[in-house]
Amino acid sequence: MDFDLTEEQRLLKDSVDGLLTDSYDFESRKKYMNEKGGWSKAVWGKLAEQGLLGLPFAEADGGFGGGGVETMIVMEALGKALVLEPYLATVVIGGGFLRHGGSDAQKAAHLPGIIDGSRTLAFAQLEKNSRYDLFDVATSAKKKGSGWVIDGEKFVVLNGENADTLVVTARTKGDRRDKTGIGAFLVPAGAKGVTKKSYPTQDGLHAADITLTGVEVGADAAIGNPEDSLALIERVVDEARVALCAEAVGLMDESLKTTVEYIKTRKQFGVAIGTFQSLQHRASDMFVAAEQARSMSMFATMASDFEDAHERSNAIAAAKVQIGKSLKFVGQQSIQLHGGIGMTMEAKIGHYFKRLTMIENTFGDTEYHQRRVADAGGLI
Amino acid sequence: MDLAFTKEEQAFREEVRQFFRDNVPPDTRRKLVEGRHLSKDEMVTWWRILNKKGWGVSHWPKQYGGTGWTSVQHYIFNEELQSYPAPQPLAFGVSMVGPVIYTFGNEEQKKQYLPRIANVDDWWCQGFSEPGSGSDLASLKTKAERKGDKWIINGQKTWTTLAQHADMIFCLCRTDPSAKKQMGISFIVFSMKSKGVTVRPIQTIDGGVEVNEVFFDDVEVPIENLIGEENKGWDYAKFLLGNERTGIARVGVSKERIRRIKDLASKVESGGKPIIQDAAFREKLAACEIELKALELTQLRVVADEGKHGKGKPNPASSVLKIKGSEIQQTTTELLMEVIGPFAAPYDVHGDDGSNEAMDWTAQIAPSYFNNRKVSIYGGSNEIQRNIIAKAVLGL
Repeated sequence: MDFDLTEEQRLLKDSVDGLLTDSYDFESRKKYMNEKGGWSKAVWGKLAEQGLLGLPFAEADGGFGGGGVETMIVMEALGKALVLEPYLATVVIGGGFLRHGGSDAQKAAHLPGIIDGSRTLAFAQLEKNSRYDLFDVATSAKKKGSGWVIDGEKFVVLNGENADTLVVTARTKGDRRDKTGIGAFLVPAGAKGVTKKSYPTQDGLHAADITLTGVEVGADAAIGNPEDSLALIERVVDEARVALCAEAVGLMDESLKTTVEYIKTRKQFGVAIGTFQSLQHRASDMFVAAEQARSMSMFATMASDFEDAHERSNAIAAAKVQIGKSLKFVGQQSIQLHGGIGMTMEAKIGHYFKRLTMIENTFGDTEYHQRRVADAGGLI
Repeated sequence: MDLAFTKEEQAFREEVRQFFRDNVPPDTRRKLVEGRHLSKDEMVTWWRILNKKGWGVSHWPKQYGGTGWTSVQHYIFNEELQSYPAPQPLAFGVSMVGPVIYTFGNEEQKKQYLPRIANVDDWWCQGFSEPGSGSDLASLKTKAERKGDKWIINGQKTWTTLAQHADMIFCLCRTDPSAKKQMGISFIVFSMKSKGVTVRPIQTIDGGVEVNEVFFDDVEVPIENLIGEENKGWDYAKFLLGNERTGIARVGVSKERIRRIKDLASKVESGGKPIIQDAAFREKLAACEIELKALELTQLRVVADEGKHGKGKPNPASSVLKIKGSEIQQTTTELLMEVIGPFAAPYDVHGDDGSNEAMDWTAQIAPSYFNNRKVSIYGGSNEIQRNIIAKAVLGL
């Protein structure tokens, strides 16, 4: 049992923190947000140069063979700096599908572009009525010759505006909520029949609603078994949840730090408001919430390697619950302790709050995961 | 980062568990599960079994009878002990005064007291809190005046846990009334059988008597009963209170109670089916289990950190343990109350003598709920803990 980082991991942390300190202050972020697609190609290039985009991939595939802890380190750092670039969509999720389910040919076709930063991916999964159930898929993929024809509507696809390739979940057989008959397909974003409606999200990212109308793809588009890929989808989404937990920890750390600095300097009644006990206790409770979240983020990171899929999912669901509760408290109280200034677009704290809030509602909110843990009979 | 315990650690856990299975008297275990109080004899009997095995003062240095375990082994031992459950060693002797004596006491004192602490030949109690000195402990007024080769002690202590069983007390006394409040305090130990010591029980809201008031009227104590240096008692008290950082979370206790909640909730019916089948109840329970898992991980982080980097610099996460640990213990007793519903009401006037079989299964649940309100008050109230985090961690 060990919670320390190895020497290599510490170096990785230093390098990603250093990169973001240099190129990602709050003012730069505003500029990046106004670039096409809502993030900076230049920063993406730097992430590629430092090898961060190839981090989780096997060395044989041109990556660096990093594991869950390495991804956790990067996601925490990205959270701390409130980074807009599509690391989650491209490296964690898109890359996750290729790592866990991709054929050699698919890896060869897609990984080099991910690793060198020339191509990004997006995960087209959410549907109008699916909410958080990954098996609830109405989008259809029908056999045509040796390939597939995909029809359906996908919503809030993060990085959907910019991505070169979409990973689309679609049903190859059965009814909307059947757990079998679901496939995951690689679809070129520019394929005929793909239309996108793009928009910014509440937290400053960019997403798109995507309609697929008679989109034809080859047999080689299916990742894994097109008739039975739910386990693969769950595994990749579990890793995305773990990554979001780490991002949230980074966001909470920075929120707490910023808030504590603020109450040390803001004066009322002739003294720094941080000298008032009611505010001190609130800040202490924020610290407690953030530490509990960090513990569960670490737990989730280690749980992603559990062999038993059921045990893995349960642990990660539990982590998402703790992170959801902690982020709500830390986020809300950060605004409260900032007072009026916390309500303004100008102050950075509100942007942290908004990103935290959106994380709660991504891939299952607190209630959803709490129900899953309860239905699984708890943890003890 | 690695969550797994080593093979050796897993084997150690099995060894500890087996020892408890073979050696904890079944009646003692049952009473703990049901939340009943144990008699002095029951506790001492178990502690002597533990001491005979060499595990009575496990965390002491080897030369004084400790085990030399790693911090992970201590963690495993405590978790197994709490969740079996078996009585924990008497903290006042083993975790509090013992380490003060072997760290600051002289050879004579070590020889005189340490073996008797290990075997509970002396039952120790703690003379810290006073009626006017709770959270503000350094304002204490109990006086020790030097007169020839004796200390003359006058004053009053309170919340003295299990003083009714005690043979010895370690006491913070003011020895220099002119010094600034933390500076003039000394750490003095003496017999509870001394002339002038009066113990008066305090009945708590659960109906039990765990705590007492202790009065000192011209109690004469030999001069050599001072531990360490005169007027340095506050330093020793801080050392003592900082010594037991990870046990305070009581993760094993809460785990054991959650198993009891699940057991009762699968028997007690509501709406024609066991409560455990009620979705709202199950989610509430799951929420508590998740909090406990997070706490367990936080505790493991502190344990692993201490094992690797020593106890010198406390991990900032350690201040979380008291606050969350107490809140979760309280939540588990609330959930038990919810499970038994209207059967929480009967008050077992006979106490723990088992004479009221009909309500045996519920009789201790409300008292345990009432009693557990203490855990966010003692050991530095949770409000004091928040002050500590604000100052020591956040720099406010």
